[in-house]
Amino acid sequence: MPEKISIEKKVLSENDRLAGELREQFRKHKVFVINLVSSPGSGKTSLLEKTLGKLKDDLKIALVAGDVQTENDANRLISAGGKFVRPIVTGGACHLDAKMISKSIKEFDLNEIDLFVIENVGNLVCPSSYDLGEDMKVVLISTTEGDDKPLKYPGMFRRSSVMVVNKIDLLGLSDFELSKVKENAAQINGALIVFETSCRNGDGLDNWVNWLKEKVADKKG
Amino acid sequence: MHELSIASSVIETVIKEVEKLKLKPVLKVCLRIGSLTDIVPDSLIFGFDSLKPDTILSKAELVIETITIKGYCPDCDIKFEIDNYIFVCPQCESLLIENKEGNELDIAYIEVED
Repeated sequence: MPEKISIEKKVLSENDRLAGELREQFRKHKVFVINLVSSPGSGKTSLLEKTLGKLKDDLKIALVAGDVQTENDANRLISAGGKFVRPIVTGGACHLDAKMISKSIKEFDLNEIDLFVIENVGNLVCPSSYDLGEDMKVVLISTTEGDDKPLKYPGMFRRSSVMVVNKIDLLGLSDFELSKVKENAAQINGALIVFETSCRNGDGLDNWVNWLKEKVADKKG
Repeated sequence: MHELSIASSVIETVIKEVEKLKLKPVLKVCLRIGSLTDIVPDSLIFGFDSLKPDTILSKAELVIETITIKGYCPDCDIKFEIDNYIFVCPQCESLLIENKEGNELDIAYIEVED
């Protein structure tokens, strides 16, 4: 007769343990942390380039940019004025995990950082399982995708606190409807804070960066 | 390759527990997986079976118990089953719903040789 042994442990307990340690470090150093997720091509790096442009003189911002291959995104962020930028090349993993973040932040002095942005690998499925010690997940979607995206990826939209709808300058060129994406998102997560942005013409970016400044100030207490 | 990385974590976590308790070869691993985790059971089993050879889990069968998603409306104080991932209170239609169950990714129990 086989013997049954109760385990009752989370599969990702090691990741969760490391994420807990990260969260405590960020809390101790009063760093506000966002985990930015989206499908590939929604505009994560563009949004961060614009964010850096507007905030680099007000806030000390550290960024890590994750991708399966290349350091292209990290290089773009450095060119946009990012002083504390590190690439994370996963070489195949479809998501960042807490171990990768723990390794990256060793290169930053958290005493010197106000805002830490984690640009996750472009993927709306896998990153939702991996806690990175962040304060909030920010999910980005663009107007060139389907407005039913929130319904198709409920796990990610449920776990996020903020939804940014990007490329609003292209509204009308596809069947994407702003009211529909907001309605669909609200059905999955009624507490989502929504921003609408265009990285090309600058619309909505001030609202987004002002909110970030507010959250950074709140974390500092 | 997401399920492969989850399978690897399952195997690692079980091996740690087995070594701690000095147990015999594992015959079964039972996971509890919530529907909101977007993990495909068949892919996970496939990944597990690919990685288990040459470990103490080489004879183990992976079994998955799926947990459905439950929401809670704080205004009505009711817990309810979430259909189609729509988090809306069936009573008052509030959108401010707490997520009670459906996010599990747990190793519930294992069975080992006698």
